[in-house]
This record gives sequence, C-alpha cells and structure tokens, in this order.
Amino acid sequence: MDAASMQSARDVRTQAAAWLERRQRPGWSEADQTEFDAWLAQSLANRTAFWRVNDAWARADRLRALGHPIQPEKTTEPRSPMPLFLKFAAGIAIVAVMSAGYLAYSAKASERSYSTDIGGRELITFVDGTRIELNTDTVLRTRMTTRERTVWLDKGEAYFRVKHDPAHPFIVYAGVGRVTDLGTAFLVRRSAGSLKVALLEGRVRLGEASGDGASRSALLRPGDEATTTGRSIVVKHEAKDALENETSWRHGMLAFKYTPLSAAVAEFNRYNRQKLVIADPAVARLTIYGTFPTDDVEAFVDVTKHVLRLHVKNSGDDIVISR
Amino acid sequence: MTDGSDRGRNETERNRSDASMTAPDLEAWFVREVLPLEPALMQFFRRSLHNRADADDLCQDVYVRVCEAAQKEMPHPVAPFVFAVARNLLINRVRRDQIVPIEAVADLDALGISFDEPGPDRSAMARQELRRLQAALDQLPRRCREAVLLRKLEGLSYREISARMGISEDTVSEYLTNGMYALADFLHAEPAGGKP
Repeated sequence: MDAASMQSARDVRTQAAAWLERRQRPGWSEADQTEFDAWLAQSLANRTAFWRVNDAWARADRLRALGHPIQPEKTTEPRSPMPLFLKFAAGIAIVAVMSAGYLAYSAKASERSYSTDIGGRELITFVDGTRIELNTDTVLRTRMTTRERTVWLDKGEAYFRVKHDPAHPFIVYAGVGRVTDLGTAFLVRRSAGSLKVALLEGRVRLGEASGDGASRSALLRPGDEATTTGRSIVVKHEAKDALENETSWRHGMLAFKYTPLSAAVAEFNRYNRQKLVIADPAVARLTIYGTFPTDDVEAFVDVTKHVLRLHVKNSGDDIVISR
Repeated sequence: MTDGSDRGRNETERNRSDASMTAPDLEAWFVREVLPLEPALMQFFRRSLHNRADADDLCQDVYVRVCEAAQKEMPHPVAPFVFAVARNLLINRVRRDQIVPIEAVADLDALGISFDEPGPDRSAMARQELRRLQAALDQLPRRCREAVLLRKLEGLSYREISARMGISEDTVSEYLTNGMYALADFLHAEPAGGKP
C-alpha cells in the first residue's frame, strides 16, 4: 500500500491545492515542474488528490463560459438584503439618537421592545455603534441607561456586535443565562430551557441569570460555543467556518454541513409557517450538505426529493417527508 | 441506439484495459468514473463515522486502492467495485475502532445508492452544475470568494487581483489555494443529485 496514504486526506488535499495554485502563479520554472513531478510520483494518494482539485477548479471555468451573472461583491459592508430593511434600520437609528438625547438629561430607564415574525429579520443600530440583528420569530427588549446597557432576549435568536465601554456594561439576559460583554461580536439563541452563546470575536462572560459576580460563569474565547441549561455550562470549541455557518441567517441563508435531516428541518421550521415534518426516524438520520435561502423551502424539498430520493407530500399546512 | 453506444463504449474500455494504462488515461478514467461517486461514498462513510476527517481519509484510501487495481485491470462496472472496496475499508476501520455494530455498515441499500449508469439529461445537468457552482462559491469566505471570482470570471492576473483587492500577491495565493481546496470539497463531496 501507498506509504503516503498514511498522511491524512486533509494534508494531502492541502498540498494538492497548493501545487495547483503554485503552478498557475507567474514564474513557474523548470525546477518547479521537476519538484511537482516528484511529488506526483510519490504516491497515488497525491495523484488522486491533485486530479480531484484540478477537476473542480477546471469546472469553475464554466462560470465564465456560461456567462454567469454573479459579480464579485464590493468590499465594503455586507449588502443589505432589501431597501425596506435599510429604511427600518435608519428609522431605528433616529429613534436611538433621540432617546440618547433624552438620556443625557435623565438617568431614567428607556425601555424599548423589538420583535420579528416567523421568517423576519431586523437590524437595530444604536448611537454608540452597537448593532443587534434579530433573527426569525424573536422578541427582544432593551434598556439603555446612563449606567448600563441591558437587553432581554425573551424569545428567539440575535447577533450582537457591541461597542465595548467599560463604563457602560452591556448585558444580555436570556432565560436561564446572562451574557456580559467584554468587547465583542456574539450570537445568542434561546430555546425552551436552554441558551446557546457563540462567540465570534472578543470576549464575553456567560453566567446564571440570577447570579451575582461570585456565581458559576464561564469566560468564552473566540470560537467557543457554550450551552447552558441553568444548572451547567458546556463549552466546546468550534472551527471558525462552523460558527460562520451559524450566523449565515444574517445573510438570509441556512448552511448545513452533514447536518442530520431532522436538525435541518427544525432549522427551516423556525423560518417558515408551512412546516416540514419527517414521518420516518430512518429518514431523520440522513445527512444533508448545502446552503439554502431561509425562505426557500422548495429548494430544500427539491434536494430531499431528488438527491436523497425521499417521498415528499405537500398537504398545504405541512410538507411530510418519508421514504 | 443505446445498444450501439454501449457496445462502442465497452469496446474502448476493453481496448484500454488490454494495454497498461498511461497516467493521463488513469486520470481521465478516475475523473469520469470514480470522482462522481464521492458524494455517495461520503454519505456512506458518514453514516458510521461521525468525524468528517475520518470519512475523508477513508475516501482517500478508496481512491488509492481503486486506482491501484485499475492500473492492473480496469474494473467494470465501476461503481459496485468502488463500493465493495469502500465497504471493506469501512468494516476494517469499524472493527478496529469499535465504532458501530457491523450491521450498520452493510446497509448500502438504505441509502438509495444506485449503481445504474446515469442517463443524464444534459440541459438539466448544466443547470444543476451551475447551481452547484453557485452554492460552492456561496460557502467560501467573502474575500476568498472575491479573489476566486476575479480570477475565474474576469481572468485577472495575480498582480491585478492584488491591486484590485488591496492585498499582497501572497495573500492572493493564499485565498486562491483555500478557494481551490473548498471548491473541490464542495463540488465533489456534496450530494449532487445526479438522478438516474
């Protein structure tokens, strides 16, 4: 057997991609070619990995051949999905400016409430630059005083990008837990009895909702995803792209990577009134890989039908998936 | 008509396996016959292995074994041979690590993996391919995607991409390498929906 197949596929594939890239860089020399040939000759694992990446890269040429209309994005902020959405954000910003003016004269609490429907998504921008994005079916209240900034996530999920200010702590209460910002971008998702916090940048502290400084808490690092039920906190470290997948809803997409069908369906059902139902436990265990618009149940159903070859029955209220 | 083309095809295959296969032949055969099985292979492995990297490793082993065999004698038909190799490797692996009961491994039928020759509808395949490419691009990180699109769509040189994006040529290299890796993973490993 090939000695090199002892190397992990990831390593071999990384080398193969690096060779493919290097070969198209300007200044590829005779010596480079010799070195590359030697690498190929080393093992079948190397050769198959190179053929594999080379084929994918060549296929991407069809983008041009078929005159595909996608364009590179501008390098500024991520595109806002719709003008209406922008208008909403601007409206909130003005409201926020006004309440900040009010706050300057009074330490009295200014409490506001925001919510989204199923399938909805909204952005709140505060005068201090802090942004909160509400995901589908979410209820959130804020109270900004001269002493502290407090948010209650009553239901659903939100992404926070907080302008850190040690003089004005930013705290999110969500059911059983409490997240204290220490300079940060993070995601909070509340579901029945548990709370999940994913930290993308900076630092946050996750503790019990009722706890004081001395109570149980965990300091999260970027990449950490913590789940708490109130009695315990479990922290696991995720790869960066796994966390980015979890925030893909901010761009109106759901990303699945070998996600069990049951979990993917549960995700979709958060965004749509017409519910997907899995009628067969064996089906629930199949896994799915792909990116879908949050509101495009049909695209998802297509995949289950044609790729997984499952039976799909649309009864109006729900869509039943079975073998 | 189908009969005729099938015969033609078997003819070429026989001719090829008579002579020892040259490297370009092996590559063309591998890309055409074996690579399209990767989504099904991965799905097969992923039912028993919870770690993606383990499935990737087994997939690599399958490719090596299958190509070793093909260098001696071309397997025909290809898919059942590839899955027989896959199943053996998986069973060994599962025995060694005591991952799941062996019964779970033997469950190829449950996956709906079909060994039929795909009878492709060309236009549907082109649409599908585009959708896949779009999806593959979508999952790249933003800057990486931008570099890939500038290279692939606009055909820019490294220097031009570096100027356009305001990054060094080394960073362009890095984005393109990562893009290649990710595109290969997505285009090959993700279920394609090649409906027979």
